[in-house]
Amino acid sequence: MKWLERQRNFIDFTLSSLSRRKGKNAALMLVYTLLVFVISSVIFFTQAIRREAEALLTSAPDMILQRTVAGRHDLIPLSYGEKIKTIRGVKSVQGRLWGYYYHPAAHSNYTVMAADDVTSGDDTAAVGSGVARTWQTAGDNTLYMKAFDGKVLGLRIAKVFSDTTDLVAADLIVVSRATFGRLFGIAGTLATDLAMEIGNQKESATIALKIVQLYPDTRPILREEILRTYAAIFDWRSGYIIVLLSGTALAFIIFAWDKATGLSAEEKIEIGVLKALGWDTSDVLLMKFWEGTVISLTSFLLGVIAGYLHVFFASAPLFAHALKGWAILYPAFKLTPAVNAFQIGTLFFFTVVPYAIITIIPAWRMAITEPDAAMRQI
Amino acid sequence: MITLANISKTFNAGRQNEFTAVKGINLSIAMNTITVLKGPSGSGKTTLLSIIGCMARPTAGRITVQEREITSLPERFLTEIRRNTFGFVFQNFNLIKGVTALENVMFPAFPAGLRHAELQERAMRLLEKLKIASKARQNVESLSGGEQQRTAIARALINEPAVIIADEPTAHLDTELSGEFMDTMAGLHAEGKTILIASHDPLMAESENTHRVIELRDGQIIGEH
Amino acid sequence: MRNSTLYITATAAAAVLLCFLFFVYPLLPRSAVTEQERKEKEHLLQSLHITDLCLFTEASYTRHLSQADRFAAFQDHPLAIEHFPSGSLVSPPDSFMERQ
Repeated sequence: MKWLERQRNFIDFTLSSLSRRKGKNAALMLVYTLLVFVISSVIFFTQAIRREAEALLTSAPDMILQRTVAGRHDLIPLSYGEKIKTIRGVKSVQGRLWGYYYHPAAHSNYTVMAADDVTSGDDTAAVGSGVARTWQTAGDNTLYMKAFDGKVLGLRIAKVFSDTTDLVAADLIVVSRATFGRLFGIAGTLATDLAMEIGNQKESATIALKIVQLYPDTRPILREEILRTYAAIFDWRSGYIIVLLSGTALAFIIFAWDKATGLSAEEKIEIGVLKALGWDTSDVLLMKFWEGTVISLTSFLLGVIAGYLHVFFASAPLFAHALKGWAILYPAFKLTPAVNAFQIGTLFFFTVVPYAIITIIPAWRMAITEPDAAMRQI
Repeated sequence: MITLANISKTFNAGRQNEFTAVKGINLSIAMNTITVLKGPSGSGKTTLLSIIGCMARPTAGRITVQEREITSLPERFLTEIRRNTFGFVFQNFNLIKGVTALENVMFPAFPAGLRHAELQERAMRLLEKLKIASKARQNVESLSGGEQQRTAIARALINEPAVIIADEPTAHLDTELSGEFMDTMAGLHAEGKTILIASHDPLMAESENTHRVIELRDGQIIGEH
Repeated sequence: MRNSTLYITATAAAAVLLCFLFFVYPLLPRSAVTEQERKEKEHLLQSLHITDLCLFTEASYTRHLSQADRFAAFQDHPLAIEHFPSGSLVSPPDSFMERQ
């Protein structure tokens, strides 16, 4: 109880001391909060996207087989799949039909995919919410697409996928296989690539080798390669993140520098008087500790809460600008809240602790001075 | 009883600006008395008060406060003894600016961790006793010289010390206020406190309340009456 | 009210809010609608064999990062002057950088 009263006394003193320089300390706290906000936003955002990628990739096919002609991705005959099915370890092979469609009115590129279960009919399409937002159907709920032979195909929008699927389906137009063929003129014997399921993951490399020997014009993409592509996303080593983090790190350093270069005359006087009034060294240092902690703890809490709300409630509008680039179509980032406690703990450790320390250290010299000597300096 | 045996204090020992403030002081101060240290500036009054009030350690000699030798006590114990035994009133008050009188009075007791309500009550009572209760919630910069001094005295009393030490208390006061100050000290003495004042003001030395005057010059005692 | 009481209360409240957001909010039972949405997403992933996130829709090789062939980055110019922000957000997978 006495301990608690002591701490509360020190906090009272420190709050009154801080409010004597209201302007400066308010600005300090604002900037500090902003820094924590930026870093925690980045942490939350990248974590959430990585989790989406993980979730996505657990359902991704074990292997995708592409065919390359003159170094470019070309269509693959389904007959390849017949032979590949006979390789030991291959559970299933399916032809994927997908491609890109550019819609001039929206200046946007869309991904068109064929599915087997389009129950609403050949003249319909299921679209991602990004398509619904950008296509400009002019109220008639139909996509008018120009087929490969110049004819216009009208597809009624039977379904719009929800916002939560945006990260995988924002720009998707899903049609039946027949419609896909009519749109792009691809013969029924061809596919864009082959999606394969493999019994034993460890055999993927061997199977891939066998396939390439069978069909030298193919390029297998293993699931682990897909994984590795997305493991590197928003990595701290990527340019944009480095710039963000260096900027905030620099700001922290400037703070620390300002604090560490010593006490102002006013602060020296204050400590001297306290010592003369009967505060011993540990009392003074404890008070200084609270001075640092009051600011850094408050900034940390406000900054992290703001970062969380920014990313998970407001869908990270501040990053939109960077991610959008030239794209017209931009997924609505409805991210699932997921927190990496370790990273936030590290952030806590690196924001609150150092600030408390750099508030104490300049006061150290003055705090250990004998009261009489302290008074003489005043 | 406070006893000083052969006390000396040298500043900046071993360097070019070495300076001995007091030398070979032998002194005993009885409890519940009013003593005045008299002498010109530079005579070592402030240094002597600092040493007696445990604010500085002597370079040589021994001090005993109420049968307990405190010369070489570690800082933590020394500070506690000082807090509970001595209350200091400084020449220029040294009140913390930007803060109210009431808060200033409470500050010295903060490390002790008393219940806040209790402490505040104690502080208010002291301010009432010194007749400045009405100024309790005002910032100290807005108080007059006399009011500031009374705040400083209240502050010196917050930890209920046995000894009050005042360094040149009337330096910034006129005759009337000086008289009031002496009356306040007499009142505290009547309550059983020991008062120690350093002053070159003849009003202090010649006051009827003063029991003993010790004369200092160049860091040594040259006489007393 | 004492300053310190105010401060301690406010800080405690913020800390509680933080803990709530971190540990309780993600576990809250989602409304019926979002549960349905989640199922929809899973169905999409399975039936279409999706391999890429829809993040950068500027070009084919940024839209389908994992499907892009090795020459995609150099399609326009051997030096591949970066004109999409995705270049500074996604690093190439480590295997790309290894020398054979």
